Amino acid sequence: MNMTATKIEVETATPAATAAPVVALMPKRPPRTEAYARMVRETAVRVIPPLVVIALLTLIWELVCRRAGSALPPPSKVFKDTKELILDPFFDNGGIDKGLFWHLSASLQRVAFGYSLSAIAGIALGVLVGQSVWAMRGLDPLFQVLRTIPPLAWLPLSLAAFRDGQPSAIFVIFITSIWPIIINTAVGIRNIPQDYRNVAAVVQLNPLEFFAKIMIPAAAPYIFTGLRIGIGLSWLAIVAAEMLIGGVGIGFFIWDAWNSSHISEIILALFYVGIIGFVLDRLIAGLGKVVTRGTAQN
Amino acid sequence: MTAYLKLDHIDKVFTRGAATTEVLKDINLTIEEGEYVSIIGHSGCGKSTLLNIIAGLTRATTGGVLLENREVNSPGPDRAVVFQNHSLLPWLTVYENVKLGVDKVFAKTKSRAERDAWVMHNLSLVQMAHARDKRPSEISGGMKQRVGIARALAMEPKVLLLDEPFGALDALTRAHLQDSVMALHQKLGNTILMITHDVDEAVLLSDRIVMMTNGPSARIGEVLDVPLARPRKRLELATNAAYLKCRQRVLEFLYERHRFVEAA
Ligand SMILES: Nc1ncnc2c1ncn2[C@@H]1O[C@H](COP(=O)(O)OP(=O)(O)O)[C@@H](O)[C@H]1O
Ligand SMILES: [Mg+2]
Repeated sequence: MNMTATKIEVETATPAATAAPVVALMPKRPPRTEAYARMVRETAVRVIPPLVVIALLTLIWELVCRRAGSALPPPSKVFKDTKELILDPFFDNGGIDKGLFWHLSASLQRVAFGYSLSAIAGIALGVLVGQSVWAMRGLDPLFQVLRTIPPLAWLPLSLAAFRDGQPSAIFVIFITSIWPIIINTAVGIRNIPQDYRNVAAVVQLNPLEFFAKIMIPAAAPYIFTGLRIGIGLSWLAIVAAEMLIGGVGIGFFIWDAWNSSHISEIILALFYVGIIGFVLDRLIAGLGKVVTRGTAQN
Repeated sequence: MTAYLKLDHIDKVFTRGAATTEVLKDINLTIEEGEYVSIIGHSGCGKSTLLNIIAGLTRATTGGVLLENREVNSPGPDRAVVFQNHSLLPWLTVYENVKLGVDKVFAKTKSRAERDAWVMHNLSLVQMAHARDKRPSEISGGMKQRVGIARALAMEPKVLLLDEPFGALDALTRAHLQDSVMALHQKLGNTILMITHDVDEAVLLSDRIVMMTNGPSARIGEVLDVPLARPRKRLELATNAAYLKCRQRVLEFLYERHRFVEAA
């Protein structure tokens, strides 16, 4: 949120600075500092409440888990146990004995690959389903059933098909995240106003130009809704799939920590998983905001 | 009379499942080159349907449209449309909206620089050159409609089709745009077919007014010549006898002989 606010500020400021003569800059100064002050205030309003809540929850957690015989470690112990992991995420002792950075980046690579495939295939299928009444009638019921299958239910089948963990994990991401992308894209295509189609017809855009210049931008807000749901599902799926597949990856790191009873490491990993899931979601949302600038208002 | 645009026995029947509605019945009309013709009629009588048939966006059930003696039945830039609700693409800037059509129409005949100049020329014609980099959401309704007009003009259409172009605007903006369109017509000599439901607008702008009866099965009820010299000035016309007579004729047609039943 605050990031986008800063960006807009920069964007509007640059042309004014280059186009306007020096004199015009002078009266612009006071509102600028005022705007920054307001931004700081708004940021504070948004950041302070969650910080307070987090501090309180940590305190309660500490108090509850501090007693002897508690099943879960208190935050102070988590920090003490995992200090090395936190401070040195880059170590690599071979095998799966690596720093958290390597586990997370392995997981992210799988997600990047599987999710890119599902974004491309999902948008293509969504366009097909949204464009053609017959494709819609034929495929939609199938999609509606397939999309309810839980990610991990696909894993045994894909292991049987691919006979290898890596492609299976990627397939699970693909198959989990593709449905919302297809469905939202199709809805977006179906909702393209007749007006835009008429404009394209009068100008005589060919199908390819229509696809690139009208369809995709008009459906972009819907497509990004699908992409955003999809990235969340991808991250859910990869952590679960890696637990079963093994190898380097944050999912197996958690499973491994559980097998060696390193509860603190599990908690640290969960923390990272949550943060990265959040960042991925924001990333797609931010990208959507930039791409659909203008479109969303109409 | 030389027929530049000819509507030849056009019928339009909409079929929705088992239900059929005949919207237009035997529409015949010829328009000369450079003429400004308005079509007036009550809401829902089929004006937009007729315009869409001329634009090629809808197919006539029977009959057809001839432009310079050639049948036209698919949309094209030779019959550019200014749509009722501007229909600018919100993700493109003002400049890019106009450029979209220009790039297609003049892909082979104009260089890149010439196309750019042509876009700017047409934006200047409607006094919108200053807003070239704005997006439609950043400009007012009247400005959007101006850009819509520039987009259509820039395609150098043989016939300019306007579907209630000022319908959604406030009275002052509307008057301003009407004057602009009149000036453009004077300057460029376009053939214009405009749909409206505003009597004053029809009389002020048109050479002829085509009055449509109420639907279903709307027909052309009457065609009125407007014998007013151009350029026309709205203030002077307010007391002009010929103007008032035309206005009276149209009002009589719409509100006595073909009252809008549902509105009563
Ligand atoms: N695609 C369509 N299918 C069925 N009926 C339609 C369709 N388009 C328009 N109509 C009907 O045709 C009539 C005329 O509509 P329209 O041409 O939009 O009227 P106007 O522009 O004069 O207000 C209306 O009764 C409308 O319901
Ligand atoms: Mg209409």
